[in-house]
Amino acid sequence: MTTPSNDYILTATDIVKTFGGVNALRGANLTMRRGEITALIGDNGAGKSTLVRCLSGIHQPDSGTITLDGQVVTFSTPLAAREAGIETVHQNLALVEDLTVWQNFFLGREKTRGFGPIRWLDSRRMKRESAVLLADLAVNAPPVTNRVRRLSGGQRQAVSIARAAGWGSKIVIMDEPTAALGVQETARVEAVITRLKEQGVAILLISHNFDQVLRLADHVWVMRGGLAVAERRTAHTSGDELVSLITGALAS
Amino acid sequence: MPKTLPVVTSNVTTRQKSGIGSALGQVRQLSFWAENAAPIGLIALVIVFGILSPVFLTLGNIQSMLIAASILVILSVAQSFVITTGGIDLSISATMTLGAVGFGLAYQANINFWLSVIIGLASACLVGLVNGVLIAKGKVTDFIVTLGTLSAATGLALILTTGKPIVVSSPELLILTTGTIGFIGYPVIIAAAVGAIAAFVMFRTRFGLHVQAVGGSEEASVANGVRAGRVRIAVYLICAFLAGVGAILLVARIGAAEPAINTGYLLNSIAAVVLGGVSLTGGRGKIFGPILGALLLTALANGLTLMSVSPFYQPLAVGFVVVLAALLTRFRKK
Repeated sequence: MTTPSNDYILTATDIVKTFGGVNALRGANLTMRRGEITALIGDNGAGKSTLVRCLSGIHQPDSGTITLDGQVVTFSTPLAAREAGIETVHQNLALVEDLTVWQNFFLGREKTRGFGPIRWLDSRRMKRESAVLLADLAVNAPPVTNRVRRLSGGQRQAVSIARAAGWGSKIVIMDEPTAALGVQETARVEAVITRLKEQGVAILLISHNFDQVLRLADHVWVMRGGLAVAERRTAHTSGDELVSLITGALAS
Repeated sequence: MPKTLPVVTSNVTTRQKSGIGSALGQVRQLSFWAENAAPIGLIALVIVFGILSPVFLTLGNIQSMLIAASILVILSVAQSFVITTGGIDLSISATMTLGAVGFGLAYQANINFWLSVIIGLASACLVGLVNGVLIAKGKVTDFIVTLGTLSAATGLALILTTGKPIVVSSPELLILTTGTIGFIGYPVIIAAAVGAIAAFVMFRTRFGLHVQAVGGSEEASVANGVRAGRVRIAVYLICAFLAGVGAILLVARIGAAEPAINTGYLLNSIAAVVLGGVSLTGGRGKIFGPILGALLLTALANGLTLMSVSPFYQPLAVGFVVVLAALLTRFRKK
């Protein structure tokens, strides 16, 4: 379908994943170009989530290869994917509401100081760094000492995206980042996504909102029945075409 | 620790910053009372008992109150770690009993004092390990697991001692009960040290952050690479270890390792944590709150005794205070 080239930051080829007799993925392909926003669309049950979970290390594909930055990779855990440079912003955001923004930012990757085995949190540094990363991306950045419980939906999304972006990651996967947001908040989060792209991060955007896909993404992959059935440059497609590709009314 | 601990002292600092007018405004709000139930209750008790009893505020009584509180303070700190993860340790007092029996039996067998202490701590930690592994790996409800180990540890203590107390008379224990620095007894110093170390661990270390994170949302913590299972095992181990420390102090105080059930300590340790403003659903770690809660409960018992109120009324009073505190937590700010 496509020929691998250095232009691709990520290629997934013939990914198969079966859950107890259900073929969630039947040989799906996906490519992401460096510095671009790639959208992944498809109806419910088309296999988007499973494919994304394979890329972020939550699931391990039964067969198929994932190539990241020219190297074949396998992820046994989400942590392994993260260490390789693939960050995921989950739909539930994976934020702990009772903790502050900076604590959430560094959760699992805390900076510490101290001597030998006695170490303590370098709170000052973590507050400073998270504030900088957040301010770089979001206009309405909340103070990093606020508890997440007090943030709006858009602010939470911004925190979650900034956290994913803040580790020198090569790819950030976003699962329906604006699904639960109002118009204004959606616009703010889209600004965050655009800003992230400008910083050179490749983004995989899962979305049901075709307007958003056409507005933000450079490239679209369409999934149906566990397969990637079509790919388009957003510049050369339309919402109508995407709908017919998703439903199968139009063959790829 | 150069900076103040954020969770506990935040109210105090904001109150200092704001003017008297807004401070009064805060006082009118129920959430102010809810968030500061333990310190307010403690101050109120001190004032009331100070007026009603001439003995209450004497140095001697304060000294004995602090010594009496030291075991409960340690147990409350221990319980606070577990409750911050959203769990509960019902076996805490039985663990203490088993620790005391382990220590007593070892000392009775002519084992060196410090080695006996280690054996006592280890036998307590054994209960914590069982709790932690069953809860974290076995995925059994904390309530059921610790209810089971409460019974098992109590039974084990009875079996090992054939139900009789083991008299322990060691010079080291005598020093522990009678020794002082200034006018502060060793048990109080140990309790204070436990509190200080616990606060450091809870608010200043990676582990403490993970304890609060797991209590707040296990799912989100795991997604961020926190090993929730390990954290859960660790808090039950910490809880049991501190119960073991309490066991040594208990043996020192009584002069014997008794296979008693000590239910009072179990209920009071949970009560102190609730008084200290910790939510039983977990997520917000507190150390000073539970310590103040433990002091409050001890002052309550002490004051009632001084006023020659029948000890039968003490559980009633404790129950009343705890339910009131629990009711107040409903009005806490999120």
